Amino acid sequence: MVKTMARNLDGRELLALALVWSAATLVTATFCWLFGDILWHGLSHISWTFLTAPPRNAGREGGIGPILVSTALILGVCLSVSVPIGVGTAILLAEFTTDASLFGRLTRRSLDVLSGVPSIVFGLFGNAFFCKTLGLGFSILSGGLTLACMVLPILIRSTEEGFRAVPTGYRLSAAALGLSRTTTLVHLLFPAAVPGLLVGLVLGVGRAIAETAALIFTSGYVDRMPESLLDSGRALSIHIFDLSMNVPGGDPNAYASTLVLVVLLLAINGTASWLAERWLHQRIVTV
Amino acid sequence: MRPSAPTPGTQPWFPLDERPACCVPKPFIDVEQLSLHYGQKPAFHNVTLSINQGCITALAGPSGCGKTSFLTSLNRLTDLIPGCRLSGRIHLDGLNVLDSHTDVIHLRRRVGMIFQKPNPFPLSIRKNLEFPLREHGLRDREQIAITIETGLRDVGLWDEVKDRLNSPALALSGGQQQRLCMARALMLSPEVLLMDEPCSALDPLSSGVVEDLIVGLRGRYTVLIVTHNLAQARRIADYAALFWIQNGAGQLIEAGTAKQIFEAPREPLTTAYVSGMRG
Repeated sequence: MVKTMARNLDGRELLALALVWSAATLVTATFCWLFGDILWHGLSHISWTFLTAPPRNAGREGGIGPILVSTALILGVCLSVSVPIGVGTAILLAEFTTDASLFGRLTRRSLDVLSGVPSIVFGLFGNAFFCKTLGLGFSILSGGLTLACMVLPILIRSTEEGFRAVPTGYRLSAAALGLSRTTTLVHLLFPAAVPGLLVGLVLGVGRAIAETAALIFTSGYVDRMPESLLDSGRALSIHIFDLSMNVPGGDPNAYASTLVLVVLLLAINGTASWLAERWLHQRIVTV
Repeated sequence: MRPSAPTPGTQPWFPLDERPACCVPKPFIDVEQLSLHYGQKPAFHNVTLSINQGCITALAGPSGCGKTSFLTSLNRLTDLIPGCRLSGRIHLDGLNVLDSHTDVIHLRRRVGMIFQKPNPFPLSIRKNLEFPLREHGLRDREQIAITIETGLRDVGLWDEVKDRLNSPALALSGGQQQRLCMARALMLSPEVLLMDEPCSALDPLSSGVVEDLIVGLRGRYTVLIVTHNLAQARRIADYAALFWIQNGAGQLIEAGTAKQIFEAPREPLTTAYVSGMRG
């Protein structure tokens, strides 16, 4: 197949083909190398004990139990704050403002700027506002809230796109049937916009779970098992950063923790797309 | 509500000879000096027209002369379009349609609409019909099932879909989708039905089926139909109105009985249009 194709191509097309292929190979190879390296060094350290035990000797020994719990709590705080605000703002932007309105323009512009702000700036803001001004100190709550600020722009914009992608015909025909705006929103537009929401959620969670800079200043370093949301808790990415940068001899456990993080990310991505497929299928076809 | 309006699902079609006399020239919708602007751009200007109860009124004219805009102003669907301004008066059976206190949900229940492109919701066939019924307060499962069956029978769709009510409505053919949309609108027993070129997106066969259904609405519903198809207008309409673009905005050129418009038009433009020389 390739041979017969190649015979019909002239030199320039061959060159283009080679460039496209080598670019694709480069990207794939980088991923394979990276993932392979992590697997190679990390897999042998993964065990049930590693996933549940507390770290010992600054993390060189022991496991990542409390760190996983802190990470989950930070993520939980982040999502439970950002999803309602994000979906609400997206609905407001997509359904109740026009492209030309001042409010819509200002909000969209602010979100675009916010999504480009480096995470260290969010970290410093979180430290100043949540930790100091609100007096939450270095805590899981401060970290989660800071992350919520960080993922909101992504979440809002992609949910808004989801709503805008719903054909206007649905809105018109629903209105013509005398359905209220709320009903239309809940029963028609929202289900249709779910893929957009999930894409935003996956991007947001991906950004949040891998975040280091914003959390160092807000949720802190403490690797004990957290007892409340006001305790400081060390996120997985900070643990990895600490082990590889500050702890001589911490590399094996850093590799293993990285493996856990990457697998978590892949699992979250997979689940989200599976959910989107399944939920939509149910809503639209069999209900 | 008119006494002759059927309640959803309880009444079959009227047999032809029991049909209430239609085309008694009794105005049901009165439009006075209605103008519509999208931003600065006028869509139509100064339209005054009476629509008679129980009759089929065809709105004809070239594209862009404001026929569809006129139609959507009657059920205030224009509210959904940003920058859209209406001025003038519309009275529907005594109700001041353009009054800001008018309950548009109630208005749109009285004035149903069928669009050019069939637009069932991305739900199952059953859900498409059940969802609006529920929203308008019908809760009883059995009653809903009966209403759905009657509604589908009314548009001749029951036998085609009864075994697959749970499959997606979007999998139906264009003609079936349009009939489903008609069933959906008629089940709410509106008094007026606005139809925006309901056959233009359909193949000739489906178009014929839908056209027959429209004819069957005469006497029970006040029907306004926008059409490009003069032959169709001639076949089904009791009254006709011709719109044309003049001075950059749509204008009503002439309105009257279909017979008068097609056989003895008063305006030269109407003469040219119905004879096929213009438009």
